[in-house]
Amino acid sequence: MTVAALTSGTERAISTPRGGRAPPGAYLAIAACVAVIAIMAAPMALSFLASIKTAADASAVPPHYLPQALSFENYAKVIHFQAGLAAYLSNSGLVALMTIAACIVLAAPAGYGLARFAMRGKEVAFLGLLAPIMIPYQALLTPLYLDFARVGLVNSHLGLAIVHTILQLPFSIFLMRNSFEAIPREIEEAAMVDGCSAWKRFTRVFLPLAVPAIVTVALFAFINSWNEFLAALIFMNRETSFTVPILLVSVRIGNHGAVDWGALQASVVISIIPCLAVYLALQRYYVSGLLSGAVK
Amino acid sequence: MAPALLFVAVFVLIPLGQLVATSLSDRSLLGGGKFIGFANYWRIWNDSSFWRALEFTAKYTLVLTPILIGLGFALALLTVDNTPLKRLTRTIVFLPVVIGLSSSSLLWFWLLDEQVGLLNKLLVDLHLIGEPIVWFATADLAFWAVVISITWKVVGFGMVLFIAGIQSINPDILEAALMDGASYWGRVRLIILPLTRRVLLLTTLVSAIGSMLAFDQFYIMTSGGPRGQTFTAVYWIYQNSFISFKLGYGAALSIVLTFIILVFATMQIALTARSAET
Repeated sequence: MTVAALTSGTERAISTPRGGRAPPGAYLAIAACVAVIAIMAAPMALSFLASIKTAADASAVPPHYLPQALSFENYAKVIHFQAGLAAYLSNSGLVALMTIAACIVLAAPAGYGLARFAMRGKEVAFLGLLAPIMIPYQALLTPLYLDFARVGLVNSHLGLAIVHTILQLPFSIFLMRNSFEAIPREIEEAAMVDGCSAWKRFTRVFLPLAVPAIVTVALFAFINSWNEFLAALIFMNRETSFTVPILLVSVRIGNHGAVDWGALQASVVISIIPCLAVYLALQRYYVSGLLSGAVK
Repeated sequence: MAPALLFVAVFVLIPLGQLVATSLSDRSLLGGGKFIGFANYWRIWNDSSFWRALEFTAKYTLVLTPILIGLGFALALLTVDNTPLKRLTRTIVFLPVVIGLSSSSLLWFWLLDEQVGLLNKLLVDLHLIGEPIVWFATADLAFWAVVISITWKVVGFGMVLFIAGIQSINPDILEAALMDGASYWGRVRLIILPLTRRVLLLTTLVSAIGSMLAFDQFYIMTSGGPRGQTFTAVYWIYQNSFISFKLGYGAALSIVLTFIILVFATMQIALTARSAET
C-alpha cells in the first residue's frame, strides 16, 4: 500500500454524489491541494536549488530564489569536508546495515516464538521485549555510554548500531509477530505432517512468507538509523567517526565561524536523498508498517 | 526468542539498573560514584532550570499536538478522494516524514535566517512583513520557528493514519447518511469524527510522546537559547550529563522523565493492543 493508493471505495461517499455536476467545493479542494503541494514541496526544492548555487550566491544578502548560475562548488566543498564525505557516508551506511541485520536476526525468531508457541511466561516475555518502548532510549544513554567506554564501543560502528537496535527492536518484533500470526495454521500443519522440524518450518515455510514484513523491518531500521541524532552526537564524538546527521551540524559550524550556507544546503540534500530514494522505492512497505505498528 | 530477550536484558534492563544506581551517586564523567542516597532527587526538587525546561517541553507538546491533529485530519479529509492530484498531494505531504530531524531542522534554520532566509524574503516580498523577522532572537519567536518546522516535518504522519481510519469506515454508513440528506460537514462531524476517534487518540499519544522527548530540533535550531529559555527536558539532561559531566544528577533527571513518559507509553500500548484485537 502506498500513501497515494491509500483508498478504497469509502471516500467516494464522503465527498460528492456520483454523476452530478462538480460542486464549487470541488474547485476549492483543487485550489487547496495546489496550495498544499506548493507549501510542502517548497522547502526541499529551495534547499536543492540553493545547493547548486555558487558559494557566493548561496550566501548573498538579500538572497535569490533561483541560482544565478549553476555550480557544484558547494558539493565539492562537502566532499572534502574534514575527514571527507565518503568516510561519513560509510559510517552512516555501516551503522544502518548493522542495525538492519541485528533487527532482522533478533526480531524474526522472537516474533515467530510469540506468534506460534504456547508456553509459560509468554506474556512476561512479550512485556520484557516491549520494555524498550516504555523506557525512552534517551534515558539509557548515560549508562550505555559508561559501559561502552569501558569495552571500547564508543566511536565504534557496532556501539552505535546497538543503540539504534534498542530503539528499533520493539517495533520490529511487533511487526514480525503480526506477520507470522497472519500465516494460516494449515500451512504449518501440512509442513508438520511432511516431517519438518520447528526450525525447518521456520526457515522453509515461515521466513519466505514473511518477506514483506522483513523488508518493512529493514526499511524502518535503515531510515531511523540513518537519521538518528542524539546517540550519534554522544557516542560518535571523534571527527572521523561522525555519522551524516553530525556531519550536518559540523558543516554549519564550518571552519571559520561564519555559516557556509551553500555547503550546508548541499549536505542537507545529500543527507535527504537516501531516505527519499529508499522510501519512494519501497513506499508500499513503509505505509503498511506505519499502519500496523504505530507503536513507536 | 532467547537472543532478543538476552539483548534486551543486556542493553536495556541492566543499563536501567545502572541508571538507578548512578542516580543515587555523585558520579561524574571523570570519576566519583559515592553513594549519596536521594540527594540528586532533592536537588531536582530545587532545580528551577529543570522545572522551567519541563514546563517549556509541556507547553511545546500542548501547542504542537493539536496543530498536528487538526492539520493532519484536515489534510486527510482533503486528500482522501482518489484523484491523481490528491494522490500527488498525499505523497508530497508525506515526504518530510522520512527525512531526518537534523536535516529538516537545518533546512528551516536556513529558511528562517534573517539575512539569507528565503521565508523571510518571501514574507517581505508579499508585503506581509516590513522587515525580516529575527526568529531566534526571542524565546517566543524561536518557539514558533520550531513549531512551524516540526509541523511541516511530521504532519503527514497523522494524515496517513487518519486516511486509513476514514477508509476503514463502512461505506454503507456514509451512503445512508448521504441518502438522508446529510451535508458534507454533517457527515464529517457526525460520522467520520466519531468513527476515527481511536486514530485521533493514537496520533495524540504518538505526537505527545515524541514532543515530550524533543531534543534534535532545539539543539540545532535554538541551542536552548536565547538565555536558556528553550531547553527541553531531554536537552537539560544532555546538558547536565554530557556537557557539565554531572552523570549522577543527569541519571536522576532521566528517571523522573522516564516516569512521565511511562504514563503516556502505557496508554499507547493499551490502545494498540486493543486495536490489534479488533
